[in-house]
Amino acid sequence: MHLDRRIVTLALGRRPALAGSVLAGWLGGVVTVVQAWLLARVIAEVFLAGADRAAVSGELGWLVAAIALRAGLGWTADALAASAAAGVKHEIRCRAFDAIMARGPAAAELEHTGELITVLTDGVEAIDAYVSRYLPQLAMAAVIPLTIAAVVLGRDPLSGVVLVATAPVIPLFMWLIGRIADARAKRQWLAMARMSAFFLDTIQGLTTLKLLGRSRAQLEAVDRVSRAFRSSSMAVLRIAFLSSLVLELVATLSVAVVAVEIGLRLLGGRLAFVDAFFVLLLAPELYLPMRRLGTAFHAGLAGVNAASRLGELIDAPVPARPTGDGAAMPAHPALALDEVSYAYPGGGGRDRPALDAASLEIARGETVALVGPSGSGKSTVVGLLLRFVEPDRGRVTADGVEASAIDPAAWRRRIAWLPQRPHLLAGSVRDNLLIARPDATEEQLWEALRLARADGFVAALPHRLETPVGERGGRLSGGQARRVALARAFLADRPVVVLDEPAEDLDPGLRVDLDGSLAQLLTGRSALVIAHCLSTVTAADRIVVMDGGRVVGQGSHGELLGGCELYRTLVEAHRGAP
Amino acid sequence: MRALGRILALLGPFRWRIGLAVVLGALTVGGGVGLMGTAAFLIAAAALQPSIAELQVAIVGVRFFGITRGVFRYLERLVAHRVTLDLLGRLRRWFIEALEPLAPARTVELASADLHRRVVGDVESLQELFVRAVAPSVVAVVVGAAVAWLLGGLDRGLAMAFAVAFAGTAVVVTGGVSVLAAPRRGELVAARQALTSAVADALQGMPELLAFGREGVVADRVRRCSEAAERARSRAARREALGDAGVVAGTHAAVWLVLVLAIPMIGEGTITGVHLAVVCLVVMAAFEAVQPLPAAASSLGEQHAAAERVLAVLDAPAAVVDGAAGEMASEPDPSRPVLELRDVAFAHPGGSGHALDGVDLTVEHGARVAIVGPSGAGKSTLAHLLLRFWDPSSGEIALGGRPLRSWPLERLRSVVGLLPQRVDLFTGSIRDNLLLAAPRATGEQLDAAADRAGLLETVRALPDGWETWIGEQGMRLSGGQRQRLAIARLVLRDPRVVVLDEPSAGLDPATERRVVESLLGLFAGRALVVITHRLAAMELFDEIVVLDRGRIIERGSHHELLAGRGLYARLLRAEVSVWGRPHHS
Repeated sequence: MHLDRRIVTLALGRRPALAGSVLAGWLGGVVTVVQAWLLARVIAEVFLAGADRAAVSGELGWLVAAIALRAGLGWTADALAASAAAGVKHEIRCRAFDAIMARGPAAAELEHTGELITVLTDGVEAIDAYVSRYLPQLAMAAVIPLTIAAVVLGRDPLSGVVLVATAPVIPLFMWLIGRIADARAKRQWLAMARMSAFFLDTIQGLTTLKLLGRSRAQLEAVDRVSRAFRSSSMAVLRIAFLSSLVLELVATLSVAVVAVEIGLRLLGGRLAFVDAFFVLLLAPELYLPMRRLGTAFHAGLAGVNAASRLGELIDAPVPARPTGDGAAMPAHPALALDEVSYAYPGGGGRDRPALDAASLEIARGETVALVGPSGSGKSTVVGLLLRFVEPDRGRVTADGVEASAIDPAAWRRRIAWLPQRPHLLAGSVRDNLLIARPDATEEQLWEALRLARADGFVAALPHRLETPVGERGGRLSGGQARRVALARAFLADRPVVVLDEPAEDLDPGLRVDLDGSLAQLLTGRSALVIAHCLSTVTAADRIVVMDGGRVVGQGSHGELLGGCELYRTLVEAHRGAP
Repeated sequence: MRALGRILALLGPFRWRIGLAVVLGALTVGGGVGLMGTAAFLIAAAALQPSIAELQVAIVGVRFFGITRGVFRYLERLVAHRVTLDLLGRLRRWFIEALEPLAPARTVELASADLHRRVVGDVESLQELFVRAVAPSVVAVVVGAAVAWLLGGLDRGLAMAFAVAFAGTAVVVTGGVSVLAAPRRGELVAARQALTSAVADALQGMPELLAFGREGVVADRVRRCSEAAERARSRAARREALGDAGVVAGTHAAVWLVLVLAIPMIGEGTITGVHLAVVCLVVMAAFEAVQPLPAAASSLGEQHAAAERVLAVLDAPAAVVDGAAGEMASEPDPSRPVLELRDVAFAHPGGSGHALDGVDLTVEHGARVAIVGPSGAGKSTLAHLLLRFWDPSSGEIALGGRPLRSWPLERLRSVVGLLPQRVDLFTGSIRDNLLLAAPRATGEQLDAAADRAGLLETVRALPDGWETWIGEQGMRLSGGQRQRLAIARLVLRDPRVVVLDEPSAGLDPATERRVVESLLGLFAGRALVVITHRLAAMELFDEIVVLDRGRIIERGSHHELLAGRGLYARLLRAEVSVWGRPHHS
């Protein structure tokens, strides 16, 4: 029995809808019994008592009502199950989403943001069939056959015994065959995935194949792989379909046994025709919910896998986050890291901590350039300064007050951050600016755009500030998106700036423009700049060199060229070109 | 539905098997009809208490149908799935055959729009067309006709009533429900897109949202969108559930109708009471063929959309025409420059503006030319024109004095070799992957090529050497190993002109320089065109051409350009990047 504890618990939380669905389904089963009885009566009356249409008009009228009721109940059961599924999906999605947000950006990055998005959308959708089809059908496969069996036992005990004895054979055999077919089916799924990958390989590589003059030859390989897959698939299906053979055989054979058995007793006059016909009508209905369960099970299977992934996300531990004991964040703080060590949970793909007893400070009004090879710990410093992560050891301070004493939201309100690849939200340019200051006036918006040298292109957009920028800043170039993000930083107008300089090749002309804006942003503010350009590095008040999670040198350009081996090597390696 | 028609045509070669699947499907439902019919006859006849001999045939019939139905169902599923697998193989071959003449232009476009996976998924989803949509529909028609014919033997009116009820139910649960559900589907798609966009914004933008203290706003948006998407989903599900309810109502309404019509016939003596019992159960059992139709209709809608997307990929004219297919091998005229571009302009089909405009370039035999410029300047487009992925919109390209268009394509692509940015590997051994470049190469030739490309050590260190399985399903090679494999392919083909597309992308400055130097050495004596936006080892090139927005704005040697203080000098200054490019995460 495939029952996912988490989905079932949540589904039970949706008791009214789900119970309503099962109740409607069961009532549908009861109406089926009534309808069968009415039909048996009409036929018996007409057939044996010679009644005409008028004599059975009462029953005929009730039959119409039963049919309408049965269709209506079936629809109600489906509709309620769909609404239960909607509730469960919404709840699971929100819980997983909240858990991801609570663990913060560093953890989301480690888990691969793209995969998380897929899990929260398509993954949650896969649960639908499990809740809306499998769970209610599971309940109905239990209650409806029992109800029908009870009725038949009451009218005709012998037939009832036949039905009660054969029905359990179905789940038993399905389980047995399922166990045999399961291992083979898993292997076949793998083969299917491989074959799909092979096809994708070929399509993606068609450019190369064509350039090498081998594209026609590859068709033979495609055929060969298809043939091999087909024969291995058929071998698996021959066994897998045995379960449906058993299901059909048991269902039809039992009906046949019942038919012959009641026929013979009718012949001996030991059974009334109306009861016999009634039992014959009910016998197939007893097996129907079980046959439907088989289909619903396959539809719901994907949901079980998705649920276990969502369960991992929901249950993953959330690191303790101090919310502060009310200490005030200074208005224009000097920030410092004091002997800070930090390791990402699970190592973050490395075998050493991301930061190892690193100390650095940014005095009020000072610009500090942070340099070092990739993986040296620069991004972790940013994460700590923005309080995305809390240090394992050591202290992060503002004017000497430990960060843990200050509410992270209040802390962040003093810092403007410009990441290397800014994310623009799906919405208008205005929406994206207002993120930085929700109450900004029209003048303030344009002033910020002007300072970021973005006023020109925004004014030229089809709807100016109201132009949608779409997902990932769809309509804007990389340089434009960066200028909008820069405008955000001006708009936020905060005393501390953390800046991740773009190292990608922006249009060189634009780059000169941006340098001017950045210089303006840094004036009068404290700043930490993760620098990629020598010009930025030399312009800073102080340079901090990092390597392997440690600070290996700090000072001016001249001091470091003389005193820091790493700094010198890397500057020279770059200037290798004469 | 024209798109689906073209896919359905692919089923042609399997018509006998399809016929068999349909017959078995009809026999399965027929088995149910037979079982319920003979059982009804048995009971009704037994109620008249005849001698047991009169019931023997009915008893045998009941037992016969009781067994055969399951067997027919089993066989039907096997045959139908065999057709599905046949169709899948055929679809794949058909798709590659149709895409092949459009490559590489179309495949490059697909790659840039990141459409490969979607199109592969669409092609694969079409395999269900027969088993989920076509087979149930045909079986329903066959069963409906057969049962109507049977009833016609008894009374024409009853047969008509059944036929109308059967066809009416089928039409209403497919057509009617599709029409009702269609607007809800559109609503659902929009709600899902809004949800995906909200989730993407919240997760991808999480650091900045936290920094600005705005994470709550986006979290609320995710909650609202999730609720809206689920509401839309339930609404669509409620409409779709009408299909199943319709089948139930239609089935029993048909039984009721036949019953009401048949009752007076007994009085008139047209039919007997035994017939009445049989007819009711036969009609009920026949409607089993209608049950899968609502699902078939919605599946058909999805298949249609998939077919249209697939055909949209294929329905494009080939970007280039092979002007001299089959012509014997010819060589570039050594007395003319190996490549000459005169006033070449190119605009991507459907793109806005020119990717290249007024490009003049001459490459002598053995010359080394670097094409540099910011990303989006048109460098890769230029490389693609040299290999005739596309033809220029205007202007002329000549290879060894002969217009590029007049070269046989296969010959052109063996004279001009490309080291692509993205190296394609195929599932198979590393030997297979190298043999693609020269199917008849000997083991020594492979070793020699791998040695020169710096791949041989890697191959020897692999668990099974040359036979090591690589690609999507095998061992993953690193970026550097993939590139060396592609270089070995080029060495094997030994082209006259070598085009290197961003050979040092993703390397740190020190390695970058080494790679460029070794490639220059490897292809010494060949004309070399190197596309790059990184300016490593530029002093080793005879000519540097600076592209910006599709135009050549500077050209000359490294020192000349440096002295010129133009874009090149600015690019070089901008690139004074201390620690290389940042790591991509």
